[in-house]
Amino acid sequence: MKKDKGYNRRDFINNGVRITLGLTVVGTGAFALTQSTTGKDYVWQIDPFKCTQCGRCATECVKATSAVKCVHAYDLCGYCDLCGGYFKPGAKLETGAENQLCPTAAIQRKFIEEPYFEYIIDEELCIGCAKCVKGCSAFGNGSFQLQIRHDLCLNCNQCSIASTCPSDAISRVPADKPYIIKGDFTSGEEG
Amino acid sequence: MIKKIPTRIFVFFLFLVMVGNFMQAQQRFPKPEFETGYVQPSPTTPEPRSIALEYFDVAVLLAVLSLASWLAIRKRSRRGLLWISIFSLVYFGFYRDGCICSIGAIQNVALSIFDPTYAISITALLFFLLPLLFALFFGRTFCAAACPLGAIQDLLVIHPISLPSWIRKTLGFIPVIYLGLAVLLAATGSDFIICRYDPFVGIFRMDGPFLMIFLGITFLLLGMFYARPYCRVFCPYGVLLSWMSKFSKWHMTITPSACIKCKLCKDSCPFDTIEKPVEQEYRIPEVSRKNLRRFILYIGLIPLLTLLGGWIGSRSHIYLSRVHPDVYLAELIITNPELKEDEANLDIQAFLEAGKSFEQLVEEAVVIRSKFKKGGWALGGFIGLVLGITLMNQVVFRRREDYEPHKGDCFSCGRCMDYCPVERPLRGK
Repeated sequence: MKKDKGYNRRDFINNGVRITLGLTVVGTGAFALTQSTTGKDYVWQIDPFKCTQCGRCATECVKATSAVKCVHAYDLCGYCDLCGGYFKPGAKLETGAENQLCPTAAIQRKFIEEPYFEYIIDEELCIGCAKCVKGCSAFGNGSFQLQIRHDLCLNCNQCSIASTCPSDAISRVPADKPYIIKGDFTSGEEG
Repeated sequence: MIKKIPTRIFVFFLFLVMVGNFMQAQQRFPKPEFETGYVQPSPTTPEPRSIALEYFDVAVLLAVLSLASWLAIRKRSRRGLLWISIFSLVYFGFYRDGCICSIGAIQNVALSIFDPTYAISITALLFFLLPLLFALFFGRTFCAAACPLGAIQDLLVIHPISLPSWIRKTLGFIPVIYLGLAVLLAATGSDFIICRYDPFVGIFRMDGPFLMIFLGITFLLLGMFYARPYCRVFCPYGVLLSWMSKFSKWHMTITPSACIKCKLCKDSCPFDTIEKPVEQEYRIPEVSRKNLRRFILYIGLIPLLTLLGGWIGSRSHIYLSRVHPDVYLAELIITNPELKEDEANLDIQAFLEAGKSFEQLVEEAVVIRSKFKKGGWALGGFIGLVLGITLMNQVVFRRREDYEPHKGDCFSCGRCMDYCPVERPLRGK
């Protein structure tokens, strides 16, 4: 302890504690960083192979209209006339709303050539309820899938859908690979 | 109904039976070969916010903190701090939608330390570190001008009332518990409660579940009378900042020269953080002896409180661990096995569908619960320790001849500087 003027015991203690606190904070940070291999950013995404189409994505997102939308993985689509994701089971094959599975009529059905139809999701209307995903997975190829749309997602620190997802399908994925689109029908086995 | 099942579905079921595999191993309906030159569209994948912009946020934070520290300590400008805080409210609050924030970053740090599969991003880490380091040197200038949650409350301080010191100190202990709980729940990967119960994020986003908006409006209304209620009664990051700020090298001062003890600053502070000069009362031998006795008693209490807290914490680990969804689910299935038949219980149905065995789930839940047991010790011990130190500080008197801000609690908002009459003539020059 020095006896210099302006440097008393309290300053000494203060400086000591400050250095200790500073080192602790920086040390904690450094330790946290060593645990991370790359320090890259993460975004939330749904693994379509784990998703059980429970419908919570439509209601649990912090946004009034969920950031989860149905995405059509065209690679998988069979272009069926009778689309399990488009028509209610047992409905007439007409585009009337009463025949459609989608509660907001967000799926557009377009004739391509006999007997094939293309199905396009209107994301403006889609609410992420997964009804079509369930229908397509049960009766078709499973080409409809849910994905978190990153132009809409707020990237909350803790995704509120992820914490209620019953099948743990939502997890952090590296921001440079922000989507998990079913491309090839065999990739379900790899992943 | 059965008659209506179209042949295609029938054929498909037949196909399923033949292949004998219900999963995606085969494409049920092969992709058609188009003759009309139809080009298959590919799904759009809008990119997330670029990483460069995330770093820009850190740069903005750094700039705001530097400017705020300069304004609080050198320039001594309340008006400057106010404008910076409005900027932060607009940028970090309304433009960045309240995410990322330093308060929530505590959980990312905790999770990355305890969960090897989770890696913290450098942005989140810097958001956690920078304000603490600034507080270590300049006081809580983060609270003054960089925190959007603080800014929105600060703007709505209308008629602050002053509560008795013991109520304030008791309320001020809640953040310690909140911090401990948040770290425990984040470290065990259960939940990010700071984010879930962030009261203002719904207002920043102008969208959100009812609870979020309701909490936000309640806090804002309350804040008209009890200034900055979230900061003073809940903010877990405030606890860390307060520890740092207590030992800050250069803290904002009320007056640039000698204090004339006019008491104007004390009335100007809506947060009751300005302490009056300590009367020499504590120097009286009897008082001093009494305080010394209490001091020794409290020091002796610290290890006891820590142990007691740890014990209580570990005893309550069963309750705490129910926050974790796996433990909750395992318990639910054990206590109510009939729920397995319940089609409406999505959690159980999804678990049964996923093909994980019940034993596996229980095993995982047991591991998580044992983590909670250790965590309960740490949480309770931490709360007990802080309680002990807080008690001890009640009988530690430091000589104070002027009106001074409490360095731990002061938000460095600068209102008192504006009120100090000593400065007025100086400013005129």
